Amino acid sequence: MIEFFQHVVNGISVGSTYALIALGYTMVFGILQLINFAHGEVFMLGAFIGMYSSRYFGFGEHPSLWALLAILALAMVGCAIMGFLIERLAYRPLRRSPRINVLITAVGVSLFLQFSGQLLFGSDPKFFPQVFQPSGDWTLGGVRFNPLQVIVFCISIVLMAILQTIIFRTRLGRAMRAVSFNHDLASLMGIPTNAVISYTFMLGSALAGAAGVLVGLIYPKIEPLMGTMPGLKAFVAAVLGGIGNVTGAVVGALTLGLAEAFVVAYYAPTFRDALAFIILILILLFKPTGLFGTRRTEKV
Amino acid sequence: MKISPVLNTFTRVVIATTLSLSLAACTKKSNNASQDATQNAAGDTILVGEVGSMTGSEGTFGTSTHNGIDLAFKQINAKGGVKGKKLALISMDDQGKPEEAATAVTKLITQNKVAAILGEVASSRSLAMAPIAQQYKIPMVTPSSTNPKVTEQGDYIFRVCFIDPFQGTVMAKFAAQNLKLKRVAILRDVKNDYSVGLADFFTATFTQLGGTVVEDQAYSSGDTDFKTQLTNIKGKNPEALMVPGYYTEVGLIARQAREAGIKVPLLGGDGWDSPKLTEIGGVAMNGSFFSNHYSQEDKAPNVQTFVEDYKKIHGVAPDGLAAMGYDAAMVLVDAMNRSPDLASGNIRAALAATKDYPGVTGRITINEKRDAVKSAVVLNIDNGQFKYQTTINP
Amino acid sequence: MSQFPLTHPGGAHGFVAAWKWLAALALVWILQFTLVGDLDPYFFTILMYAGINVVLAVSLNLVNGFTGQFSMGHAGFMSIGGYTAAFITLFLAEREPALLQGMSGELVFIGVLLLGGIVAGAAGYLVGLPSLRLKGDYLAIVTLGFGEIIRVVILNVNAIGGARGLPNIPALSSFGWVFSWVVFTTFVVWRLVNSSHGREFLSVREDEIAAEAMGVNTTRAKVRAFVIGAFFAGVAGGLFAHYLRYLNPQTFDFNRSFEIIIMVVLGGMGSISGSIFAAVFLTFIREALRYLKDSGITQLDYRMVIYALMLIVLMLTRPNGIFGTREIGDLLPARLRRGRLPQGRAEGIIR
Repeated sequence: MIEFFQHVVNGISVGSTYALIALGYTMVFGILQLINFAHGEVFMLGAFIGMYSSRYFGFGEHPSLWALLAILALAMVGCAIMGFLIERLAYRPLRRSPRINVLITAVGVSLFLQFSGQLLFGSDPKFFPQVFQPSGDWTLGGVRFNPLQVIVFCISIVLMAILQTIIFRTRLGRAMRAVSFNHDLASLMGIPTNAVISYTFMLGSALAGAAGVLVGLIYPKIEPLMGTMPGLKAFVAAVLGGIGNVTGAVVGALTLGLAEAFVVAYYAPTFRDALAFIILILILLFKPTGLFGTRRTEKV
Repeated sequence: MKISPVLNTFTRVVIATTLSLSLAACTKKSNNASQDATQNAAGDTILVGEVGSMTGSEGTFGTSTHNGIDLAFKQINAKGGVKGKKLALISMDDQGKPEEAATAVTKLITQNKVAAILGEVASSRSLAMAPIAQQYKIPMVTPSSTNPKVTEQGDYIFRVCFIDPFQGTVMAKFAAQNLKLKRVAILRDVKNDYSVGLADFFTATFTQLGGTVVEDQAYSSGDTDFKTQLTNIKGKNPEALMVPGYYTEVGLIARQAREAGIKVPLLGGDGWDSPKLTEIGGVAMNGSFFSNHYSQEDKAPNVQTFVEDYKKIHGVAPDGLAAMGYDAAMVLVDAMNRSPDLASGNIRAALAATKDYPGVTGRITINEKRDAVKSAVVLNIDNGQFKYQTTINP
Repeated sequence: MSQFPLTHPGGAHGFVAAWKWLAALALVWILQFTLVGDLDPYFFTILMYAGINVVLAVSLNLVNGFTGQFSMGHAGFMSIGGYTAAFITLFLAEREPALLQGMSGELVFIGVLLLGGIVAGAAGYLVGLPSLRLKGDYLAIVTLGFGEIIRVVILNVNAIGGARGLPNIPALSSFGWVFSWVVFTTFVVWRLVNSSHGREFLSVREDEIAAEAMGVNTTRAKVRAFVIGAFFAGVAGGLFAHYLRYLNPQTFDFNRSFEIIIMVVLGGMGSISGSIFAAVFLTFIREALRYLKDSGITQLDYRMVIYALMLIVLMLTRPNGIFGTREIGDLLPARLRRGRLPQGRAEGIIR
């Protein structure tokens, strides 16, 4: 029985890392209906920015909470800039192009970042400096908690709440919702659609950057290809929760994390990566709007 | 207007074929490839081809091997080369893909007319290359392809490393006889033929020696979270955990194993041999054991010279793959020296007759299956350092 | 916006035009028996891969170009076909080696290729149906994931070698077979897009809602295009397996799918000759880049970075690729083009 609860804890802790990535994914999709394939790569860049900056400042030798917050801020700013550039250079010129062209561009951006990452950083795995090490193990009735993962779980819940507030309680959020509903109409109403889309991208990318640092801290092996799988799984999580829905993304990610843990624990560990896609196909078959999604009507 | 049907769709085929034909005419083969190789060797250089994964996700493996081979060639040339001729190495990158390795080896043999082939690191690529080398009767020496099927491809294919069955046996013997363990759990990498092979042969021997494999879990290289597998393993209370994967994942596995409360030593194979292992794994790696081709602590003069020279050029200590690359090149050179001339058949015969060659990775004897017979060492990880533990003979 | 199909009205000829395809086939086999044996082996290897890539690119173009759906799992279907075909020939090689000799070997080969194609097509149906029913870009992700699932499954099945791969596959792929399939694939795709089915595919690409309003069953059209594409990918896998003589799951990773995508996009989504050209060009340029690397100009592998950048730049500047939806025939002087719509670019009129 202890093992079962341990699997639950493991699943939730993996799920909360997916949640961090899925939040950004779902926001960008919500506003542009674009699968931003490059999101996983922004996540990877976040990890590398975190690694290089903490090496530069020597945080690895002097771990502290402030060091963590400092590199988190750096990675978030760096990724926000990256997100802005990606949107400005690759997606904005295609705003009026057929959907498939935008999709191809998104794949292109993702691969470009992956392969230039391999050239820039080298394809060998790198060690992520341990800038923050909470002491000791937390145990509860034989079930072990990794303190870092508890922190990540809390951060993803807090971020979800913040995003929810931004989207539903602020002017920017209202503008986002308007743009998401209809670009042309929104711009007729005087909403600077391009600026709103830029903000959304930057916000989403900053979240990915934060995820990169936190994941790097928990799994201190980073490499240029590390973003691909988590990126895809985060997308599946977002679809599972109802794409475009912030709460849905977190719930979807935790569900996926749990499902993976159980498949690994009780069925076949090697099917972990396949599971996400099987879930995706099942969701598309039976409830394409996801758990929390609302149906959009297609307009001519 | 009547000519048009020929000209819209059919044109494409015609253009394509004429294009290829004209190209083909330029590159028509002139002669038998292996004869050319001998002729080429009659010049003042001997060309040797190398195929490796210099880029891609396994780029670090190919690069290490290349560094080892390169060092060997530099040393031989500094001493005057082979039979009065300089050695020249032509390296090809296959990006870790079997089909690229096959194309590269075809090019090396038919275009560059190399006298011999060195490579590949991984069995999956060597298996794609071997039939081609065999077809043209060009000797191929693989530094570290451990799958038994590689040398079964033909009598021109050799290796200087031990094969999976032996290495799996080494760790099983070490666990059962030296560490006196009874209960071992396995965590294997199903994406890697090497890891699967090692795990299988470990299980076979360890069971034979009276031990039990209490749990056999799996992961795929590229994974980062292993806690669930480790939770299952912990439930079985093993006395050691066998992780026959590559260092890229083992470091993380060790960390998470300690987090999950598994305090027993980890066991592994030569895939662990890299400074990255202890960098990523940190203190979690301490107290673990792995089998390897050689130990840098080995006091033998040739090992010490090799380690020194390698450090001089590359700034870091050689890992296992670099040592294997070095030995593959040296065994080939040794065979070329013993062979009466540089005809591929004679090099092959000389390679097959290799006996007790003192390589840096041990005394190498090539058996009738063209596999190297040599001893393995077991290293202990102590405070981030790889310490020599014991030698296990075949 | 609209690149309507009026530029390929060749379908009007019906099967009268079939002779030229037969002539092309005959040419392939004449070459097989005369010239091919003398080809330089390295050049021959590249040529064979070029042929296999043409089959892959042309069949993917049917899905990505003509139907406007974005599949990223072509390598997955290729692996299904390749493994199916290779598994059967390996089985036969063990039980009935005589069957693989001479003429019966050729017959067996064509049989296993078709079977591999059919299994791949069936897999295409299973994957395509749920994802193609929906609007949006789900197909991209599902096919990408499908490629992964296939690899995971292959890795876990010991009978087909798992991570060890499948060595010693009989060498049955010849120049004749590969290029016969090049001709046949081109023929089928060409005839298809110029038939009423093809018009359905194109209408789905241009405007799904309008197509549905015109009574086109868009899901059916998409699934059809997808299954046919998967079939030919499976055949290409079989050809590949029996040429390389060794299969390994890592051959069919996402980069492989990506290479085929770039062939289609570079050549022009909706141009068969564009796909052929791009497939041949990219196969050969890869070897040219190898020389560049050998000569020590660069030790780094820029190829994939260049490909990715090319994809972005193409989409931004010339989204229709080099050929657009044109065929090579369209480049001929107008008077030589019989049956082509009134001179001048037909699409210009629609616009």
